[in-house]
Amino acid sequence: MTISTQLATRERTLSLLGGEATDANLRRYLHGIPGIDAVGLEQRAAALGTRSIKTTSKARAIDTIIGLIDLTTLEGADTPGKVRSLVAKALTPDPGDPECPRVAAVCVYGDMVPYAVAALGAAHSAGTDEGVNVAAVATAFPSGRASLAVKLADTADAVAAGADEIDMVIDRGAFLSGRYGQVFDEIVAVKSACVRPDGSVAHLKVILETGELNTYDNVRRASWLAILAGGDFIKTSTGKVSPAATLPVTLSMLEVVRDWHRLTGEKIGVKPAGGIRTSKDAIKYLVTVAETVGEEWLVPSLFRFGASSLLNDVLLQRQKLTTGRYSGPDYVTID
Amino acid sequence: MSFLEYAPAPESQAILNLRSDYGLFIDGEFTAGRGAPFQTISPATEKQIAMISNANEADVDAAVAAARRAYDGSWSRLSGSDRGKYLFRIARLVQERARELAVAESLDNGKPIKESRDVDVPLVAAWFFYYAGWADKLDHAGLGPGPASLGVAAQVIPWNFPLLMLAWKIAPALAAGNTVVLKPAETTPLTALLFAEIVQQADLPPGVVNIITGAGDTGQALVNHPDVNKVAFTGSTSVGRAIARSVAGTDKKVTLELGGKAANIVFDDAPIDQAIEGIVNGIFFNQGHVCCAGSRLLVQESIHDDVVDRLKERLSTLRLGDPLDKNTDIGAINSAEQLARIRELSDIGENEGAERWTAECAIPEDGFWFAPTIFTNVSTSHRIARDEIFGPVLSVLTFRTPAEAIAKANNTPYGLSAGIWSDKGSRILAVADKLRAGVIWANTFNRFDPASPFGGYKESGYGREGGRQGLAAYLKPGNRPGQRSVAAPAAKPQASVTRAQSKSKPVARKKAAK
Repeated sequence: MTISTQLATRERTLSLLGGEATDANLRRYLHGIPGIDAVGLEQRAAALGTRSIKTTSKARAIDTIIGLIDLTTLEGADTPGKVRSLVAKALTPDPGDPECPRVAAVCVYGDMVPYAVAALGAAHSAGTDEGVNVAAVATAFPSGRASLAVKLADTADAVAAGADEIDMVIDRGAFLSGRYGQVFDEIVAVKSACVRPDGSVAHLKVILETGELNTYDNVRRASWLAILAGGDFIKTSTGKVSPAATLPVTLSMLEVVRDWHRLTGEKIGVKPAGGIRTSKDAIKYLVTVAETVGEEWLVPSLFRFGASSLLNDVLLQRQKLTTGRYSGPDYVTID
Repeated sequence: MSFLEYAPAPESQAILNLRSDYGLFIDGEFTAGRGAPFQTISPATEKQIAMISNANEADVDAAVAAARRAYDGSWSRLSGSDRGKYLFRIARLVQERARELAVAESLDNGKPIKESRDVDVPLVAAWFFYYAGWADKLDHAGLGPGPASLGVAAQVIPWNFPLLMLAWKIAPALAAGNTVVLKPAETTPLTALLFAEIVQQADLPPGVVNIITGAGDTGQALVNHPDVNKVAFTGSTSVGRAIARSVAGTDKKVTLELGGKAANIVFDDAPIDQAIEGIVNGIFFNQGHVCCAGSRLLVQESIHDDVVDRLKERLSTLRLGDPLDKNTDIGAINSAEQLARIRELSDIGENEGAERWTAECAIPEDGFWFAPTIFTNVSTSHRIARDEIFGPVLSVLTFRTPAEAIAKANNTPYGLSAGIWSDKGSRILAVADKLRAGVIWANTFNRFDPASPFGGYKESGYGREGGRQGLAAYLKPGNRPGQRSVAAPAAKPQASVTRAQSKSKPVARKKAAK
């Protein structure tokens, strides 16, 4: 996305809102969106979770899942060594099987981006469709409690270090107290900070931290807000707050993405993050994506799993499907 | 290949241990019927599952006599807590054999395994558990202290939820102290016969539950039998009417649960995605073979186009096919006869000028199938807006104000159920208050719970099933000391009559009174 398309995005948003992105205009727009019945939403998610994905469908699902993972390490204890190890895992998820696909991206803190870029070397996508992306969390992740100047510096720093994707957090305090304009402006500003000197733009994932928004209606409004402000992806959680991603929350966000596509023709990505640990769970998400927005969303540019332990469970399932036998935790590598 | 073409995931039939032919279950034993046996087929393949006995009048007589003996001899003498123990045992056996029952139900009825597995069979167990708990608490059923059972109940059930309707009938009847003779539908006798095995497993005294199979004439002989005290029927309004006529003038108590043409009202402030799910669940659940199906969609005119677009998109993701595949959403139509009726009414809808839309899906070669269909531009005078289609066919009508929605919803000879979709709680309550229907769902549809009474207004029948009200349908107020006009011949000389005594020989008392 270039600066000119960013301007076009802004024009479209203002025309949808019928005016500037003020608290009042945004409130009118966001509160005019049909509500969510929590019981019904959860029932629908549970029903999607009962799809039985077997044999060839399962094999395909497992390879798809691996290709959609943002392999993540977000610890205070992260070191260059840990990041190098993560990158090695991202490039060769299953050393025993060269056919095993690579993950979509590695996701690290901003200061670890240079190490991730270096470790990826030629395998770093760096703006191309081939290779593995580097995603950086920014904007005073995970709380987002810092001044805008700090958030923008955090973002610009990561982009300058070579991050292809920025995972920002919204100001939940501002959102919950109705200062929608502030949330909007911050996303717009962070998006500007994603612009590289050559005019290209790092992809922006907007983390809603749904566990703190508490209601599905809030999740839906925050999703619309993030998309109106120009987010490329909407992401459920930081992984630092419980509950993190759940199937109903992800379903409600997918419904927003579907409606936005109906409205504008534009495709927005969705990233559930945190709490998805098993192949079985991940397959439920694939089914939910395919049956809600369509299977064309099952590509790295439109859907991601933010996860760390998921990969090894998927690899165990993959080995089971290939060999017909269950192996064990010692047959997959720890990163 | 598309990811959405999920690989086949059929539920195994290996768990079934079916016989090639089944007798009538009378007095605790399977015996051959005296009528000409008939076959039960799988509607998805038209292949025979088993041969089923046909009960003639003599068989009906034998079944009612067995139920009478069991009533007089054992069941009505048992304490409530002992009856409860049997019912709890049945409930647990249903749970233990849940998968087997679900497979049998989908095989015989054609409904998707995910529905028989996740809805029908769990509800069957829930019904028995619920009424098992009532068996020793009849004093609180709302009929005053010491209510009495009625005697022998004749129960005739339909083919749309074979085992669930059996549970709705048998569980409250037994809890209240009655014995039963039940006739399942001609096209779906299988799970009732498996239930007979469960009755044997549970060691229920012989004759307390009798299951006789056959067609309409068997049912007629059963409800008209002079030694029957209670008739409970679920099915079509025309048969219900005939039953009401035939029992008129007798002292048989009657419960009828008949047809419906439910309105599903969607206001413009509805939670739209859940409303779409609710509409789909309202009319395409169980292929629309649901008496309380939301077959008339009343949608506020301002959101009509959006709702119809979303509905079509959603219907395109429904999977029609093998009922035993775990991913099937729409199974087979239960019989050729029913399929013909759905086709006939749909053609009438088209001829009357309504706009027909059918989801694109491959229809299997064998078996009876009907793709999910919606009609738009339907007006209240169209037959598809008035007649019960009992299939996966939705008629979409519009309204402008809540008053118009209420008027249109009530403008039907039926009154079994209705649905309201709105984010505004006060509106839901205000509208629900004015709808003449036995069950009203708010922001959901087709949800059932044993604690909730179910039944109709107008041509949808009378009496309630489920909850305390469903229990009362199998009871009568007890005789209290000083109020007894009849001397019970078997009663002990003591003046004070205990509950057990007052219930021990109600039949003898009644005979004495005549």
